[in-house]
Amino acid sequence: MKNVKKTRRRDFITYGMVIAAYLVVQALLDTGHISNSLKNQLIPICVYVCMAVSLNLVVGILGDLSLGHAGFMSVGAFTGIVVSMSLQNAIPDGIVRLILAIAVGAVTAAIAGVLVGVPVLRLRGDYLAIVTLAFGEIIKNVLTNLYVGADGNGLHISFKNAMAMGMGLDGKTIINGPIGAVGVTKLATFTAGFILILVTLFITLNLINSRSGRAIKAIRDNRIAAESVGINITKYKLIAFVVSAALAGMAGALYGLNYSGLAAKKFDFNTSILVLVFVVLGGIGNIRGSIIAATVLTVLPEMLRALQDYRMLIYAVILILVMIVTNNPLLRSVTQSVVKKLKAPFVKKKDAAPAEGGDSNG
Amino acid sequence: MAEKVKLVPVPSGSVIPERDIDKSPILETHHLGIDFGGLVAVDDFNLTIGRTEIAGLIGPNGAGKTTVFNLLTNVYQPTRGTILLDGKATKGMKTSQVCRLGIARTFQNIRLFSNMSVMENILVGLHYEMSYNALTGVLRLPAFFRSERIARERAMELLSIFNMESMADDQAGSLPYGAQRRLEILRALATNPSLLLLDEPAAGMNPSETEELMENIRRIRDMFQIAVLLIEHDMNLVMGICEGICVLNYGRVIAKGDPDQIKNDPVVIEAYLGKKGAK
Amino acid sequence: MIGLISNLISGVSLGSVYAIIALGYTMVYGIAKMLNFAHGDVIMVGAYICFCGINYLSLPPVVAVLLAIIACTALGIVIEGLAYKPLRSAPNLAVLITAIGVSYFLQNSALLIWKSDPKVFPSIIKLEPIHCFDGQLTIGGVTLVTVLCCIVVMVCLTLFISRSKTGKAMRAVSEDKVAAQLMGINVNRTISVTFAIGSGLAAVAGVLLCSAYPTLIPTTGAMPGIKAFTAAVFGGIGSIPGAMLGGILLGVIEIFAKAYISTQFSDAIVFAVLIVVLLIKPTGILGKKISEKV
Repeated sequence: MKNVKKTRRRDFITYGMVIAAYLVVQALLDTGHISNSLKNQLIPICVYVCMAVSLNLVVGILGDLSLGHAGFMSVGAFTGIVVSMSLQNAIPDGIVRLILAIAVGAVTAAIAGVLVGVPVLRLRGDYLAIVTLAFGEIIKNVLTNLYVGADGNGLHISFKNAMAMGMGLDGKTIINGPIGAVGVTKLATFTAGFILILVTLFITLNLINSRSGRAIKAIRDNRIAAESVGINITKYKLIAFVVSAALAGMAGALYGLNYSGLAAKKFDFNTSILVLVFVVLGGIGNIRGSIIAATVLTVLPEMLRALQDYRMLIYAVILILVMIVTNNPLLRSVTQSVVKKLKAPFVKKKDAAPAEGGDSNG
Repeated sequence: MAEKVKLVPVPSGSVIPERDIDKSPILETHHLGIDFGGLVAVDDFNLTIGRTEIAGLIGPNGAGKTTVFNLLTNVYQPTRGTILLDGKATKGMKTSQVCRLGIARTFQNIRLFSNMSVMENILVGLHYEMSYNALTGVLRLPAFFRSERIARERAMELLSIFNMESMADDQAGSLPYGAQRRLEILRALATNPSLLLLDEPAAGMNPSETEELMENIRRIRDMFQIAVLLIEHDMNLVMGICEGICVLNYGRVIAKGDPDQIKNDPVVIEAYLGKKGAK
Repeated sequence: MIGLISNLISGVSLGSVYAIIALGYTMVYGIAKMLNFAHGDVIMVGAYICFCGINYLSLPPVVAVLLAIIACTALGIVIEGLAYKPLRSAPNLAVLITAIGVSYFLQNSALLIWKSDPKVFPSIIKLEPIHCFDGQLTIGGVTLVTVLCCIVVMVCLTLFISRSKTGKAMRAVSEDKVAAQLMGINVNRTISVTFAIGSGLAAVAGVLLCSAYPTLIPTTGAMPGIKAFTAAVFGGIGSIPGAMLGGILLGVIEIFAKAYISTQFSDAIVFAVLIVVLLIKPTGILGKKISEKV
């Protein structure tokens, strides 16, 4: 059927784009054509691409605004670090530890997703957004006061201070309260980041194009109608929310293992907004757009040092402008006609792909 | 779930079955009522619908007709009374559970999944005809492809009822008004209901379109052997296809009967035209 | 016992600030049906302007405060006109994202203008503290002024809404936008006025907040903003007495949580209150139930 083929083709282009970008960057790396500052950005780019894609699942496909996405990222990051650091002696192989850290990061973030999602998803619209924000802040607050250490007897956890963990003399602090994770062995690689993007895409795109994904989109388009055809709203909202959280946890674990130290306050509201900017600029509901926006907006500020100070200000303006241009009836019709004119020479058939997802209901 | 006739056309042709209300009914309501705040919106609503009956629910604006639909689909929880679908009480169920039990509906103000394609709209209706879970979908196991293929074939069959196969890939929100109404009916049919609720299906249609709609409602009933309850203001349609009619005014049933009885009922005439009209 | 009373008074004082901020949220939510996420940052702008007026322009405190109120009122009108007005008929999600954008814009503009190093807000309230119970209990001047301000604002606003023509128009718009328009009410102007009043009050709240906690940074307004929104929801969004009640309750809860449960987790506790309130009684204490039409 045409529709199936069209979706499949669109997904293949997305995968192809990611693979091509990886090969090009890898070739440039091998020949030494990439600056050091950009080299340092490669893993964060991969992480933010995964974050943007996973947030788009909630914002674009489910149609609910989540403002606490960084919270799930931090859960993944901290559990990833703990897993990797505590198993340092048991599993010397870095790659195995990295995979294990990412897997455990995904599971804990998914559990956090269930804990947050069950109460949150009973709400709608603005209230839902503000409660995800609140949960994000609570997660940050809890992690800021978390102390984890490991000694011969295993893991020690405290919410008071490092001493209260009661470790033996051979003990080593892994997470030190407000200071965060310390002395982390870096395990993340660009290739790992690339594979993580592919995994994230595979899960997200396959979910969207399945029975469950259609149910999720149906809830977005018209909740009451979805209910009237038998869709269990809570179940499918939760699926979207938890999958999104798990994917953010995976990205977080990779991110955590890319630095020698990491504090919980890194995953604040600003990080959640940053990812939201990627999603909005890439087009709400448009997965490929999220990938491109996350990449460009991470690379650009690095390239244009002069703009560094104005980066956040520009993001704010982008958010406002994109929303007004795509949602104001007058401006939308103007932009649509301009886009049509620009596209005209490239479009052969009448049934050119309509904008994926388009705008969604609140 | 109850044993139901699958979505296969029944070769009964266009023979209208005799009114089978005396056999076990598909729907019964007993003393159904709901209050909003202190306001009694619907009270003492008793209705019985036969298994293959086409029934009409009429009444002046604000009589509580759509409220009855919302009660039947558990969008509102009734303040009083019971609803029995195929003998089973639906009390306390969620709207989605009532649908799976066998009541499907359309809406007065069309509610499609407007950013999704026509095909996808039907596939959402066929959600419970597919059985693979989210994980199978993500991993693309063989059950996914099998289930999807069957569902898409079924969806095309459904679209063929209204000759809409060529629109399968169009975005639902961009369809013309009439096609949107038809798609909504097909989406409801996709859930394999035993009772179909249509809320003003002829609203905004011209006489020839209404004529066609009447034919189609009859055809759907005959093909799937289901009961239809419709709210409609177009009296030609109501009198033309309904076997039983229930008249509602101020939330209360003021008359019940076949079209001829309703047409000549002075209480009904008074409700519609006022005292002077009734003379 | 004295400790308890002392904490209660601090709570009421902090709650009064929340109440004034919550008024801005509740009025805008009631009338424009949107969550003005940037409201908290208007507080910050107000505080900075007052700070600049005193420190750089050497204005007398009263004039500086007035300047801050006027500037924030203007800012509120500009934000509404440029960012929110084009989205009157847009879906909730789009309006909320825009509001977040505005909030982000204000924070980062402030960061560029005033830099990230904390400014120490001058003490402008020079009222002698009151000593009770043989000096065991001291009520600070700032506390008194804050509570007093809150009461004055509340009384004035209630009178304005119930008596004045504009106030009546505001109630009509909040009830039914279309019907209000048909009755000849200028809906756009009414919404602008609402934003203006809310933002002016935000400036007052900013000055009071920074008098009590004199560290001023570009994100000063963010946290109190979110907490005040919690207060507005707690009291029942759209209700003016509700904002007052919710604000004071939340202030007391926060101070008590700090004093008796845990300093580190006090923010988490306040947010937990928000979550519990939204889940159990999303209409708040004094709010009315809104049902969805099918």
